[in-house]
Amino acid sequence: MTRPFVEIDQVAMRYGGVDGTLALEGCSMNINQGEFVAVVGPSGCGKSTLMRLVTGLWPATEGNVVVAGQEVDGPLTIAGMAFQAPTLLPWRRILSNVMLPLEVTPQHRDKLGRDRALYEARARELLRLVGLEGFDNKYPYQLSGGMQQRTSLCRALIHDPALLMLDEPFSALDVFTREDLWAVLQNVWMAKKPTVVLVTHDLREAVYLADRVLVMSARPGRIIAERVNPLPRPRTLETTYTAEFQDLVHDLRGYIAAARSGEEVAA
Amino acid sequence: MSQSASKMSPRAQARYNAMAAAARRQRRLQAMLPWLVIFGMFAIWEIGCIVFNVPVFILPAPHDIYAAAVRWWYPLLQDSLVTLYSTMMGFGLAIVAGLLLGIAIGSSTLVYKGLYPLLIAFNSIPKVAVVPVLIIWFGIGVWPAVITAFLISFFPIVVNVATGIATVEPELKDVLRALGARPRDIILKVGLPRAMPYFFASLKIAVTVAFVGAIIAESVAPNAGIGRLMMVASSRFDVPLVFAGLLTTGMMGIVLYWIAEVIERRTTGWATRSTDQNLAAGG
Ligand SMILES: Nc1ncnc2c1ncn2[C@@H]1O[C@H](COP(=O)(O)OP(=O)(O)O)[C@@H](O)[C@H]1O
Ligand SMILES: [Mg+2]
Repeated sequence: MTRPFVEIDQVAMRYGGVDGTLALEGCSMNINQGEFVAVVGPSGCGKSTLMRLVTGLWPATEGNVVVAGQEVDGPLTIAGMAFQAPTLLPWRRILSNVMLPLEVTPQHRDKLGRDRALYEARARELLRLVGLEGFDNKYPYQLSGGMQQRTSLCRALIHDPALLMLDEPFSALDVFTREDLWAVLQNVWMAKKPTVVLVTHDLREAVYLADRVLVMSARPGRIIAERVNPLPRPRTLETTYTAEFQDLVHDLRGYIAAARSGEEVAA
Repeated sequence: MSQSASKMSPRAQARYNAMAAAARRQRRLQAMLPWLVIFGMFAIWEIGCIVFNVPVFILPAPHDIYAAAVRWWYPLLQDSLVTLYSTMMGFGLAIVAGLLLGIAIGSSTLVYKGLYPLLIAFNSIPKVAVVPVLIIWFGIGVWPAVITAFLISFFPIVVNVATGIATVEPELKDVLRALGARPRDIILKVGLPRAMPYFFASLKIAVTVAFVGAIIAESVAPNAGIGRLMMVASSRFDVPLVFAGLLTTGMMGIVLYWIAEVIERRTTGWATRSTDQNLAAGG
């Protein structure tokens, strides 16, 4: 518990050669085991890039990324990811979509054949947790956008990832569905306590879900402000109408406005 | 259906029935339309030939062609089977080679950059020009036809399989790579299944052009097959028989296309199902 689970130290990332886009520069942050962190920032500031660096999908141009005490020098094998688009496989049923990670991840792929019943039970349990009980035999096209996104969330969770990376997972959904899914995600997190990094541009979403909210500057992105969120859990929609919640959102709103206009903020 | 119907007002029910009937009529018309068009074409052709008194050696009327086909049914059948055989051999080879090369090109930028210009150049060469070379290499026989069918039909398969594999969503790739998936896993679990609709779409094109290839070779290197039959017939100015050969080829093309389509629908129904669903929900 002494060492942070994710350590990002003075990381820079430039796409495409010397005069390519500098997406991140001097970006540092630490994330503790089991912590739920939200990263907010203006669009195009390098949030998705940060996700790729942490999961080792891209190498950083400068600086160090350490996950679980090990320097990241290739794709992790422990991360679950979900994006704005659910990217389900249309030819697979929901259950089999959820179980896809088990077929490829080194920790489980060899055990899947033997313990299939066990894994299927786990997948059904997850589907139940996100409110998709009884949908395991449907195809993705038979589900609404929000239900597909729930499935995508299950897929990100099926292998009990130590690290869950969510890149604007709810931003394509309508407000009501989105708020439902906040509660779902909070439930899952409280039940399993993975380390979560949630990228979002919805400040209410960040405050509802996160233990700590990090604000990124405009490109090249780095962390310019950080707010610890003391609101007790489980948070509900009622929480979002409390003064504390609104004050926090308001403060973050100020940081973002500053970030967009390029001002410095005292973190 | 009856449940929802009982909840409708009589006027809504009448309107619903009228719409359903219109949809049924529409479907029936669609099923019949190809036959009507073909029949109409032959009718106009027949009438035109009679009215304008077109000589048989310029454009034989359908009834002349029919007579020729009946008279020469045995060589027609035999040569059709030979052509079918060469076509299917070449087409089969094209499927195997096209799939393998398509996977390689679709999954590796290096292979793509390296091979694509060559493939384009190769595809631009008229295959008629290749047949003499094939004859030098393999002699007159079934092989020039098989290989020409192969050469002409393998390109669309490669391009389509490669496209299907290369266009896997980057996010999905990220999801899998962050789990420690190997490139092979991504191709097997996502790339290939995803490429299947493209693959079957290309088969429909490939199978018809494979026919063209086989017949070209048979006409340049007359050994056997419907291509040779037409060459021989035209050298004897037996124009009705030439046309009988052409029509036979067309019919075989339709049948093969239809088979490819049925297989496509059976295996990759998921690719079109979402639209079916929308139609069902709307009705
Ligand atoms: N694969 C890439 N190649 C080149 N430039 C990229 C690539 N991905 C992102 N960028 C650039 O890096 C910057 C940050 O992008 P991104 O991390 O996606 O931002 P965000 O997710 O915060 O909106 C943008 O200017 C974008 O154009
Ligand atoms: Mg992004």
